[in-house]
Amino acid sequence: MSGPSRASREAVAMKSVFVTVGTTSFDELVACVSSRATLQNSELGSTEMYSTSHMGSTAILRRLGYRKLVLQIGKGRVVPDSFASTTFSLIVYRYKNSLKEDIKRADLIISHAGAGSCLEALEEGKPLVVVVNEKLMDNHQLELARQLHKEGYLFYCSCSTLLELLRSVDLSSLRRFPPGKPEMFSEFLDKVVGFEK
Amino acid sequence: MNFFFCLIAVGGVAVFVVLRLWLVVGFRRKGLKTVSVRVLVVAGSGGHTTEILRLLGSLSKDYNPRHYVFADTDKMSAVKIRLFEEKRAERDSESLYTTHRVPRSREVQQSWSSSVFTTLYAVCYSLPLTFRLKPDLVLCNGPGTCVPICASALLLGILGIKKVIIVYVESICRVETLSLSGKILYHFSDYFIVQWPALKGKYPKSVYLGRIV
Repeated sequence: MSGPSRASREAVAMKSVFVTVGTTSFDELVACVSSRATLQNSELGSTEMYSTSHMGSTAILRRLGYRKLVLQIGKGRVVPDSFASTTFSLIVYRYKNSLKEDIKRADLIISHAGAGSCLEALEEGKPLVVVVNEKLMDNHQLELARQLHKEGYLFYCSCSTLLELLRSVDLSSLRRFPPGKPEMFSEFLDKVVGFEK
Repeated sequence: MNFFFCLIAVGGVAVFVVLRLWLVVGFRRKGLKTVSVRVLVVAGSGGHTTEILRLLGSLSKDYNPRHYVFADTDKMSAVKIRLFEEKRAERDSESLYTTHRVPRSREVQQSWSSSVFTTLYAVCYSLPLTFRLKPDLVLCNGPGTCVPICASALLLGILGIKKVIIVYVESICRVETLSLSGKILYHFSDYFIVQWPALKGKYPKSVYLGRIV
């Protein structure tokens, strides 16, 4: 009995961030949240030494109270090494069959603009920051993120403004995302194919 | 003279095809189903698959069996579908599904000219598959793979083999503009569902049910 309760106590104590890029790659985002300089900073175990202008995201995340960063990097070519120190841990992987567990465990999600990732995070009621990949041309995915941002469900930025956003943002100002209504679809389809209720 | 006859023959076939197409697309079959519906589901890559599985999750057990088609380059979809179906099988022992891989008709960021050839290649795969499965319903939400499948399903109707109901659900990603597949299938699907009011305004023939995923 002591095992799980201890684990859950640790989970509560360790606020974590989950970064996901979906099935594609988003090297710029991965590099941004885990730059080498940033990781070295955190290894030293002191963020106060660094001026804000040099502060990488990990240091910022630590200052905001996060102790764990989980990176799902997809096809990406930027592959940071996982590490765990007493003050911060970084876990890196490419894919998992389901990201649900990592989303559930996280206190903050930073995601690419993919609809699946966005909706999954919002449905779990997690604060979400969507980072736009400016290198993708004709990126229709932006339509959704922009609309959801307009309606107040998520924050929206690019790699160049992510750190600034994390520093200044009030996560509790986000609106709670209402669930979708797939039952409307099944009712409609039942009528189409002629199933009578 | 021979040439003239050929011309008439070709013209005749063309008129027939257009007439059939008009009949197949123009007239919707209503209220015929009392038993289960064979569904051909076109799963896409990544988000498309997640979305379509959400829709399938809401359907009753009468939508059985479900035949999934997805691009052969897509590893995630196969896993997602298996997980979804395993969960479904726990609730319903008669639940059936199959999976089928087809060549991807258009990779993300692929050029237009080369996608013409890859699409033709995909059609060659989709046609025999669709004819073999003879679904009652094709359900798709916008991956490139769905265009050749829907074309094949349409051909089943044109040839008088089977009228397949084509239901297209535009991805939740599409707030103001349709996807390429959507632009094509807006004209050829029986029911075209959008999830944002701005699209309903632009495409009056579409159906808006709110956000359904």
